[in-house]
Amino acid sequence: MSDIADRVKKIVVDHLGVEPEKVTPNANFIDDLGADSLDTVELVMAFEEEFNVEIPDDAAETIQTVGDAIKFLEKNSG
Amino acid sequence: MFDLSGRKALVTGATGGLGGAIARALHGQGAHVAISGTRREALEALAGELGERVHVVEANLSDTAAVEALVPAAEAALGGLDVLVNNAGITRDNLFLRMKDEEWDSVIAVNLTAAFRLSRAAVKGMMKRRYGRIVNVGSVVGATGNAGQGNYAAAKAGLVGLTKALAAEVASRKITVNCIAPGFITSPMTDVLNEKQREGILATVPMGRLGEGSEVAAAAVYLASDEAAYVTGHTLHVNGGMAMF
Repeated sequence: MSDIADRVKKIVVDHLGVEPEKVTPNANFIDDLGADSLDTVELVMAFEEEFNVEIPDDAAETIQTVGDAIKFLEKNSG
Repeated sequence: MFDLSGRKALVTGATGGLGGAIARALHGQGAHVAISGTRREALEALAGELGERVHVVEANLSDTAAVEALVPAAEAALGGLDVLVNNAGITRDNLFLRMKDEEWDSVIAVNLTAAFRLSRAAVKGMMKRRYGRIVNVGSVVGATGNAGQGNYAAAKAGLVGLTKALAAEVASRKITVNCIAPGFITSPMTDVLNEKQREGILATVPMGRLGEGSEVAAAAVYLASDEAAYVTGHTLHVNGGMAMF
């Protein structure tokens, strides 16, 4: 896993309080990890802070899985 | 009880009668307060009176850019934001049939839309910190209506709906959102009433007198306190019994 993937995983584990094994690239925040819609907003805020990027609302809506987040951040951060 | 030591509060419309009373009361309970309004001299005078733990953040809430800048400015000055009191309000009374679009729009903008924008901005930090108190200052006329105040009554009733919807959304983050609905309170807004209007109003108030700003401010202190942690989405009427719900 890349550095970005590790950091994303850590944020998801910390925020949602889920087992690290469950945080796979295919895991859907809402369906698989028990997030509600407000959690997904908070996750996006946490990603923005951790990676110092701005995630516009239309992009945020496309981030539904752990892999979506990693992909977006690999493309747009740093 | 109701100790606000270390809490950081922003009060809009702090140069008005109610806003000043609310700022004084929160400050009196130990809070750091950022006071916002349109008249810098009046803000400076209030800041001078309060002494320490006070910051002036000037803002005209009819200006969208100023609204957007206010919460970040208050957070920077205070080092965070625990309590937001959306108190700023204006009136542009007119009979409904005569009401200009501009009168409608300006009252909705300051009394309702600014509260939406400020709450949206404040909730972001409150969610991260897992603590927050938003107190919206409504009005009895938001519940009862009042001839000549279609715009004002609509904005104040709108605040009640905003309060409930936001309260439901952020309750799980330990943020409460409540509304205070004052009745007739001694203030520059009621000072303009003539004797006959005054008498007419008092006839509708079982308590037989106007309220004091400090009596509304006490409700704000309660809703801003740790003790009110389980109260959310509520509208607390402070009106001497003129309308009972």
